[in-house]
Amino acid sequence: MDFRLSPEDEAFRQEVRSWLRENLPRDWEDQVPEGEAWEFTRHFTRKLAEKGWVVPHWPKEYGGLGLSLWRQLIFREEMSYHRAPLGYISIGADWAGPTIIVYGTEEQKREHLPRIARAEVMWCQGFSEPNAGSDLANLETRAVRDGDEYVVNGQKIWTSGAHRADWMILLARTDPEAPKHKGISYFLVDMKSPGITVRPLIDMMNNHGFNQVFFENVRVPARNLLGEENRGWYMATTTLNFERSSIGGAAASRRLLEDLVEYVRDSSLPEGRRLDDPRVRYQMGEAAVELEIGRLLSYRVVSLQERGQVPSYEASIAKLYNTEMGLRLARRGLAILGLYGQLQPKSRWARLRGRFERQYQWMTAMVVGGGTSEIQRNLIAIRGLGLPRD
Amino acid sequence: MDLGLDEQQEMLRNFARDFLEKECPEQLVRQMEEDEKGYSPDLWRKMAEQGWMGLIIPEQYGGAGMRITDLAVLLEEFGRFLVPGPFIPTVVLGAYPIMLAGSEEQKQRFLPRIAAGELIMTMALTEPSAKWDADGIQMEARQEGSDWVLNGTKLFVQDAHVTDYMVVAARTAKGANPEEGITLFLVDSRSPGIKFELLRTIASDKQCEVTFEDVRVPGENVLGEVGKGWPVVHRTKLLAAVAACSYLVGLAQQDFDITLNYAKERVQFGRPIGSFQAIQHKLADAVIDVDGCRFITYKAAWSLQENEPDAELMVSMAKAWCSEASRRVVAHGQQIHGGIGFTKDYKIQLYFRRQKWMELMWGDADYHRELVAQKLAI
Repeated sequence: MDFRLSPEDEAFRQEVRSWLRENLPRDWEDQVPEGEAWEFTRHFTRKLAEKGWVVPHWPKEYGGLGLSLWRQLIFREEMSYHRAPLGYISIGADWAGPTIIVYGTEEQKREHLPRIARAEVMWCQGFSEPNAGSDLANLETRAVRDGDEYVVNGQKIWTSGAHRADWMILLARTDPEAPKHKGISYFLVDMKSPGITVRPLIDMMNNHGFNQVFFENVRVPARNLLGEENRGWYMATTTLNFERSSIGGAAASRRLLEDLVEYVRDSSLPEGRRLDDPRVRYQMGEAAVELEIGRLLSYRVVSLQERGQVPSYEASIAKLYNTEMGLRLARRGLAILGLYGQLQPKSRWARLRGRFERQYQWMTAMVVGGGTSEIQRNLIAIRGLGLPRD
Repeated sequence: MDLGLDEQQEMLRNFARDFLEKECPEQLVRQMEEDEKGYSPDLWRKMAEQGWMGLIIPEQYGGAGMRITDLAVLLEEFGRFLVPGPFIPTVVLGAYPIMLAGSEEQKQRFLPRIAAGELIMTMALTEPSAKWDADGIQMEARQEGSDWVLNGTKLFVQDAHVTDYMVVAARTAKGANPEEGITLFLVDSRSPGIKFELLRTIASDKQCEVTFEDVRVPGENVLGEVGKGWPVVHRTKLLAAVAACSYLVGLAQQDFDITLNYAKERVQFGRPIGSFQAIQHKLADAVIDVDGCRFITYKAAWSLQENEPDAELMVSMAKAWCSEASRRVVAHGQQIHGGIGFTKDYKIQLYFRRQKWMELMWGDADYHRELVAQKLAI
């Protein structure tokens, strides 16, 4: 039992922090990477790539730094805490790349990995469909072999960054006769292929992050099949295992709580110091405790891995807890801000730059995306606790 | 960083679990609820033989010289088996303040005997105001020659009736700051003028009302400096809160394990009730609560052990979380068991009732949340 990071790891944290301070504008805010923010995001991710920090967790032979798990955790904590703009690079770095490393041919590795590591390409993830959300294995997009190619027809949804992406990791059905988990294949698809249409899916925050992607007789070379045909489901569930500790969410929440602490301590507000209100003190105390629990549940995932164990439901716990905690934090923040809580970032009267108005909406998506809270509870119960399926 | 147990702690835990499984069966727990003393001298002796009473006492005073995290690991097992008796009062409320503030002579006099299992102790702190803070200490001690004379009432004193000595916190001076003017006394529990009355509690543990009527304490039994007792009490409260959390971790884990097992075996509508999502989701939430209890408690114990700057914050976070999370766990435990959970014969109620006791001890969630908020404000 030891809750201290090694001096070397602490030094690494300082290095990441000071680099971020140098390379981020002082008043940088978390925002959707569109317009000027997109330009800055591209600039920033290229600088990250110069440091090797797009894929610091990859093995060195593939252009990574081979960072230890604790350093990966530190790195992710600092990135999230400082609201570093990563655009959509994590889809390549955390999803596509690691899966290619495990299942890819030498040619696929040579073609894709260096370009992901250098932040030259953006990836998107074509998994979800209108009728395949929580029940992902129900996906209907078809890929039919035709000579050296597959012909893809179907529709994907919630595809983050598809409008910016150069490549997509695609799950499509190659054997409609097989049981549903056993007829799915995993493809690497060039987004410039004829027959792909990307349509924006504007979210309730009025942002364009998601898209719908339509496939109409899209021809994908057979060499872009990843791994074996019909084994895609199992590869995708490994991919789902890569980004597991949910430490980013906990660190982002920590930053927000610190903002809120500063706010409730401010005695220059016209309504007086908020921390003197016992209801506010209760909320702040509870938020701080919950945040620490979230951090520890994430650290536990890494601690297990460091001991050579493979986390399973522990990662679901971290995801479930940290997203629900983040949503509660947003609600508490809004309650403390009162009428001001509803103001958007651009409002002259906005407090805390309208962050809690944004966060309150955003977190309602976070408890859904990446496996809903209900699905996580199912996984914990069935995989973790060994309860019977119905 | 490593959130798990080290090798020595694994050994301690495994040994304690095997030992208590054999020596502290459910039947003993039930007997002790009815027993006037509330503990088994036989089990007490056997635990002493394992060196548990001296676990955190330095080796030079006959202890094992182990650390706070080790004690937390052991107490988790105490919670799992609901070990009845004055172990925490003796070790945490008796030995620890002597380790912190005792003179060399007092350490020599008390610690080896505690480690050997020959002395049972507790701390008489709270009064009818039921406050954990310094202004709750109103009982007066006045000096007469080289002696001190104590008058007043202490309430919610754990296991006082079976102790040999009590650490008594009394007021020797009144001023603007309630944390000044408190003095600790090592009081022989058989001194004339002391009366014990057992309280009937939800957990059927043994808390006492202790009345002091002109109780004379020799000057050599002042623990630490006159008027400067509060910092010692404060530090002891931190360890006591960690001890309560550790006990709750084991208690919640065991309640959860029993409930999980029941959900797999109990059949209704032709299938195990654990196959229903309504039950599965309760259990998923409960396991998060249990895990949260464990890691925040480990962190608090470690922070206290290492004298980390945020140790007090961590202890308050741990007690705030464990108090409520363990309550959610045992509430789910009752609900999932249905009617059988409410019967005296079935074991789950033993955990349910004791959870409330430890939830309240050393500050409940409201109390510690407030402390967390205060520390955020600094």
